[in-house]
Formats: sequence, C-alpha cells, structure tokens
Amino acid sequence: MSSDELIWRIAGGSGDGIDSTSQNFAKALMRSGLDVFTHRHYPSRIRGGHTYVEIRAADREVQSRGDGYNFLLSLGDSFARNPQEEAYYGNEEIKPLSENLDDLREGGIIVYDEGLISEEDVEAIDLEARAEENNWHVFPMDLRSLAREHGREVMRNTAGVGVTAALLDMDLEHIENLMSDAMGGDVLEANLEILHEAYDTINEEYEFEHDLRAPEGSHETEQALLSGSNAIAYGAIDAGCRFIAGYPMTPWTDVFTILAQNFPDMGGVSEQVEDEIAAAALALGASHAGAKAMSGSSGGGFALMSEPLGLAEMTETPLVLVESMRAGPSTGMPTKPEQGDLEFVLYTSQGDSSRVVFAPSNIEEAYEQTRLAFEIAWDYQLPAIVIYDQKLSGENKNVDVEFFDREPQPDLGSTLTEDELAEAAHDASGKFKRFNHEDAESNVAPRSLPGQKDGRYLATGNEHSPVGHISEDPDNRVAQMTRRIEKLETIREELDEEHDSNQTYFGDETADYGIITWGSSHGAVNEAVDRLNESGHSVKGISVSDMMPFPEAEVTEFLESVDEAMVVEMNATAQFRGLIQKELGRFGEKMTSLLKYNGNPFEPAEIVEGYEVNLADDDREPTAQVRIEPAAGD
Amino acid sequence: MSAFNAIGEEREIDREEFTPGVEPQPTWCPGCGDFGVLKSLKQALPEVGKTPEEVLTVTGIGCSGKLSSYLDTYGFHTIHGRSLPVARAAKLANTDLEVIAAGGDGDGYGIGGNHFIHTARENHDMTYIVFNNEIFGLTKGQTSPTSPKGHKSKTQPSGSAKTPIRPLSLSLTAGASYVARTAAVNPNQAKEIIAEAIEHDGFAHVDFLTQCPTWNKDARQYVPYIDIQESEDYDHDITDRREAAEMMHETEDVLNEGTVLTGRYYVDEDRPSYQEEKSAVGELPDQPLAERYFDEDAEWERSYDLLERHT
Repeated sequence: MSSDELIWRIAGGSGDGIDSTSQNFAKALMRSGLDVFTHRHYPSRIRGGHTYVEIRAADREVQSRGDGYNFLLSLGDSFARNPQEEAYYGNEEIKPLSENLDDLREGGIIVYDEGLISEEDVEAIDLEARAEENNWHVFPMDLRSLAREHGREVMRNTAGVGVTAALLDMDLEHIENLMSDAMGGDVLEANLEILHEAYDTINEEYEFEHDLRAPEGSHETEQALLSGSNAIAYGAIDAGCRFIAGYPMTPWTDVFTILAQNFPDMGGVSEQVEDEIAAAALALGASHAGAKAMSGSSGGGFALMSEPLGLAEMTETPLVLVESMRAGPSTGMPTKPEQGDLEFVLYTSQGDSSRVVFAPSNIEEAYEQTRLAFEIAWDYQLPAIVIYDQKLSGENKNVDVEFFDREPQPDLGSTLTEDELAEAAHDASGKFKRFNHEDAESNVAPRSLPGQKDGRYLATGNEHSPVGHISEDPDNRVAQMTRRIEKLETIREELDEEHDSNQTYFGDETADYGIITWGSSHGAVNEAVDRLNESGHSVKGISVSDMMPFPEAEVTEFLESVDEAMVVEMNATAQFRGLIQKELGRFGEKMTSLLKYNGNPFEPAEIVEGYEVNLADDDREPTAQVRIEPAAGD
Repeated sequence: MSAFNAIGEEREIDREEFTPGVEPQPTWCPGCGDFGVLKSLKQALPEVGKTPEEVLTVTGIGCSGKLSSYLDTYGFHTIHGRSLPVARAAKLANTDLEVIAAGGDGDGYGIGGNHFIHTARENHDMTYIVFNNEIFGLTKGQTSPTSPKGHKSKTQPSGSAKTPIRPLSLSLTAGASYVARTAAVNPNQAKEIIAEAIEHDGFAHVDFLTQCPTWNKDARQYVPYIDIQESEDYDHDITDRREAAEMMHETEDVLNEGTVLTGRYYVDEDRPSYQEEKSAVGELPDQPLAERYFDEDAEWERSYDLLERHT
C-alpha cells in the first residue's frame, strides 16, 4: 500500500551531513518516479545547532513544503555544546528530536539514534506519552554503533536512510546507485554494508504497525533535481554571461559558487573581490568593455552595491545583479528567508531609478527570468535585478530535463559593430554620439565598446551630452533623463506584447475573492488556493514576478475582478501591497495582508487559516505565527 | 578577425589626437598641477605607440576625475573612489585594451583605499595615477588623507591630528610591482615615468604631486624637487624591496619638511601580472572575452550539458 505523500524530515546538527544525505535521498525518490520538493532549515553556525531538511514527495506536482510532516529521522547533534546548568540554549543533543515534535503529523514515524540521544533525555521530554497521544510510531535504534561496526561513525546517516527505506518499504536500488555514483572503494563498501544491515535489523527487530509507505509514481521524461540557485546560474550561462564578480554572503553565495566553478571550463571569468562595492563595479567595468557580466549579494552586501547600481543607470551600462533576501534588518537572521528587501532593491541609490526588477517564484521562473533579465539589460542598457530569497535559493525541486534544452543567447543587444559605428552619428571632433537622444529608437541609444574604431566617447556618472561631455544644460538634462526613464515604459510594452506573462494565475477564474503573492511564497499560496477551492470556497490567485516595470494592466484586471483580496508576503510591513497601491493608486480598501516574518516560510494551512480568519465576522486570531494587516479604512 | 580594430593599430600618432576638438576645455585653475598629468599622458601615449581608441581612461571624482574628459581616449568617469574596480574589470574583459586609471589622493587613498590595496595586491596589468595635492580641491579645501599633520581646514579647524598616509610604502606593501613619484613641476621626468608605467606589465602606481594653487596655497609648489635617480645623494636599488621601502619611508618623511623627492622607487619586472597568474591557473580565456561575443564561430556552452549531475 502506498501513501498519498511522504514528508521526510532528517534532523541533526550542522556538520552532521544532513544536507548531502537529504540531497541523495531526494534524488532516490525522484528516480523512483516521484515529484519532490525540499525545504532547508539551518542555523548560522558551522558546527552544531539544530538543522533539518524536509523532503516532500508525491505522485503529483509538489511546489511547496506541506503542512507539517510525517517521518522524522532524528540523528541527534554530534556537535552539541556541553551546556552549563541554566545555559539559555539548553540541551542541544536532544534538539533534533525535541524541536521537531510539534510539526509531526498524527500517525507519523520517528526514528532516532539512541547512540547519541540518551534514554534519560528522551524520558525528560516525555516522548512516550506524546507518542501515544498522537499515535506516533517510534523506532529508537543505535545507528552510531551500527555505523562504527562496519565503517565510521559519520556513516550513521546511511544507517538512518537504510532504516527509512525499510520502514517505508522502499526498494534500495536507487539509493545504492546514487551511492555508487558518489563514492567508491572501501567507503562505498562500508556504506552499502551499513545500509543493508540497518535495513535488515529494523525489519527483524520490529513488527511494523504503521500505515505510511513511500508513494509510487512514474515520470514520462527524465527529471533533474536542482535548486533556485542552480536555476539562476544556469539562466545566466544560457544568456551568455561569462563574467561574475562577488563577495561571499549567505544565501547569495550559492549562485556565485556555481558560476565560479563552471566558468573556467566555459571561457568565463570569475572574480572574488575585496567587497561588494568592488563586486558590482567590476561587473559594470566588464560590461562596459563588452562582456555579459553579473554580480549579486544578499541585503547587506547589496547595500554596498547602491553606488555602482546608480552608475549603471546613469551611464546606461547593461548589468545584471541578483539579490538573495534573508531576514533583516542589518545582519538579521542570515540563514532564514524573508521578502523584506523589495522596497530597498526597487529604490536604492540616489536619484530617480531606471531599473528592471524580476522576482521569480520557483525554479523554472528563476531560470527564465534570469535569462530575460540579461536580454532586457543588454537590449535596453540598464541594470536588471533578480530578487529572490533564502527559501528559493536552497529549495530543490525536480524539473523536466528537456526544459533546459534550448539555444544559448549570447547576443550583446544594442551594441554596435565597427561597421555600424562607421555609419553612426559623430560630433564635429569625431566623437561617437553614444547618448544620442534625438533619434533613439525605443529610447535606446546604441553603444560602442572601448577598442572599437570610431566609437570613442565618455561614460560618466555626471549628467552628460550625447557624446558624454559633462553637461548641466536644462534642455539636454530633460531630454536625457526622460529618455532613460521612459525606457521602462517601452520595456513594459515589450513584456506585455512580445513575451508570455511572468505573472502566474491559479484557482477559480470566476471567484470574487483573490489572493495575491509574489516571489517564493507562490508555491504555498497556490496549494492553499487549490485546497480552498476543493473544500467548496471560491478563490483565485495571482503570483506577480514583474516588480519593475510593474504589470499595471494585469494586476488592475485581477483586482477589479474581485471584491476582496489578501496579499501574502514574508515581511512585517506589507511592502508588496504598498507597491501595488503606489503603482495603481487605488485598491487600498480591497487589500488585506497576511504577513509572516518569523524566519520560516509559509505553510499552505497557514494561508488557508488566514483566509478563514479574514472572512470570519468575529475577533478570531490566527493560531500560526502570522499577522493580519487590515485593508485601508478597516 | 578582431572586432576591436583600434587595438594594436600601427601608425603615426600625433599627440594632438588626444586633445578633444572644440570642447571640453579644461576647467582646472590656472597654475594647477593637473595640467601636468594631462600633458605627460599626451606625450607618453604616442611615444609608447598607443592610439586614442585603444586606451580606456577610467577616473574617479574630484578635479582629477576630469582627466577622462580632457584626454580624448575612450573614457569612463566613474564615482568617488571606484575607478580601480571598474578599470581592472575592463582589462579582464578585454585584455588587449590599454587601461589607465586615475584619481586624487582622497579618491585613491581615502574612500577608495580598499580597492587600491587589493588592486596592487593582485598586480593587475594597468597604470594608476594618483593626483596628489594633499587636499580636497573640488569640494573647496578640506583636509585629505595626505594632508600634513596639523593641516588646518574648515573641517579640521584646530589642525589635523592625523599623520598623513604613506602612499608609496602602502603601495609597496600591498604588492604593486612598479611604484614611482613624480611632480607636475618636473614635466620631463613625469613623461618618462608615465611612459614606463604604461609599458610595465603589472600594477604601476604613480603618485603624481599636483600642486593646488587655489586651496593649498600654504603648501609647497613642489619646487625645488630632487630626482633620486639623478641626485648623487641617493643611490638605492629599485629592484630591492628593502632598499625601496627605506627610500619611500624617507621620501614620505621629508615631504612635509619641504624636501620633494621624486623618481622610481620600486620596479619588479619578474612578478607576473594578475592576468598572467589567472591564465596560468586556467581562469582567464586565451581569446579576450569581449572578442568572443563577436566571434561567429564561437561555441557557447549551455546548461543543458551540465544536467547529468542533477539527474
């Protein structure tokens, strides 16, 4: 008998190999024919501290974490600090077990390593009583000793996977194959022994009474398991980006690392530099000289990029930046997701901004919109920013391999060749009219590159004349400024008329209640909307990706079609709702907000509950750690 | 075939090619040392065989930042302190370009100090000219990182309590492979040093003393100056790091006592440039990256071919 869905959580300390074990197990589930989605929860610590990865697997598309989970593999924290009495962080060894109990569903399974988690500690958290109350099936097993016996202690993860497979009645074939891909020799042999020994032991020692089994499924086409960071990096590669400069910062580092590792084999250049001012300035300099270049960071590092970002706008230098949000302000919570940098990214840097900002909501969009960011930036000569968050950065999902089978696009957009430059407009002294506003098509004045014949001009952060001379002439100022700003209108027209919409619609088209979201909250909102419709409500949803230029027509149409709407986002001040009101100048009285900023992404049930509380005509409060911000006038 | 045919062009080059046509005319004050930098570049560039369109002049903000307006090459007038990261990336993207960065003492040793240290450390193949007038000029005379201790200005009304930065010593310690100081009042030496700096393979740092007749009237006009290579009083080995360090230290000490020492301080022809180092580890393509975008035969790798690791 197979179950509808498995949500497997592997918990331990940072450094216990939770991430790599979960990656392999997710892949095994994917290879068995299931759709998978992972969610990573970890502290900003190298060793120790409670961390977990959740894998949701089902025989249908999964695009969000679920509500709670149904299988816990608790390894215990082998790097736990040894607390003094009364230490505020308490007993860390037991945390991978104790901290995870609240979310475990009724009838769920617990496997824990009794080699690391002592009987005393388990008694102290009253596990037996709680298990009885919730009908949990508990399987203590000394994974550590088992691992030691056949190999090394760190291999207890493998033992945990073996136990998992046995309890879920899974075939070991995919797991074995993945192990063979990743290792060899004695290490492989030891791991295989441990896997089988654990599998057999649990079968021998226990009589299973639980119902949960691994779901069964099949894929018609080959699948790849990858993260939002992979997708952004791959979108950049396929857009012909071959220059990246950066400085490490969580969670942006993933994109930087992937490109730094791939570029040497692709004729690309990767630079790790002294700070983020330099990182963005390098990308700008490389772009100025003719490379398709990018940089990026997370909030704190992106703050340093404000200067080069403004310079790119003023000099009309194409540039792609990515901003991977984490909970702020300041250092905030480095490994926790939030959607709190929207306003910052839209407006940072002095003066009126002329930039494009996309907020992809899932793996596929992360790839598509990164490609699009390059295309727009090089066609229109402005910075394009991809804003995403720690959640999308680290979550893994299976994607059809064929999705990526498309032509690369290394085109430099509105850049001239020397032959074209010879025909272009020059001033009396022979300087190229780089910023020619007089006959700029679509407000874009084509550019030259240093080293080209007949292309000489000055790029400057000062206001400037058509050949780049510093100029404060009012007529020139108005002409140049207007042209730069109006590029956004042209881009909006292009996006509306020549591209598939970046906005995603879901739910019941005829509904008069709408849920609006953006970025990585899309998956959970989508699932919540589906559930509401299945249970007899009538709700429609939209996930918006175009932050700038704003998709005015689409959002207006959506809001006009409903009586009420709830805007769901992961921040405390309803930034996206504010953007809608600013851009559309109305609908304030229609929009309530559902906000979450506790460091964990939304679960679908929290959105369902938010909807119910919102509609209820009483003083109910949500039980989840979320906040409802009433509509204007309420 | 190159898409950048201005690069490597063999022809007679007239120094007037580096003067913009009708405008812009320099707006520097009469007697400003900045004219000296402009002049030495106009002399040096034709001498080393560089045409205006194969040179990218990247400047910061301040009076010095206007250099890219008055020297008619490809120019990038960036923002305060950021000329170096922009310049070194342009060189990495198109290694055939001749890249010259320039800025003032506040720009290079103050706000851009971090970039200065790291660009020198990495030994990027480029020239960096610092217009050192020991003052903030364009903002009207505030104390700068090279202003002498005790310097009075509107922002340091009781006199600066800070010892000035040691630009030459800092450069050497950070890793620059060519370090020199020249002065606007010494045009022949300036031209020679600028030419050497351009031809040097690696990070060539020229601290260029540019008197400010408007905001630093109290300061010396950097005369008389002493060329340490010409003077019989000095005889240090410019290839010896220790001797160079001592000579720099002395030069920095005596400047504020009125003795202006100039010349070459350190030249390391053996240290590979960053471009060479990066090539050696396989992280810089043989064909300049910028050329590839115009190369119709170029094969562009795609992510589809990377998916095996994800399946």
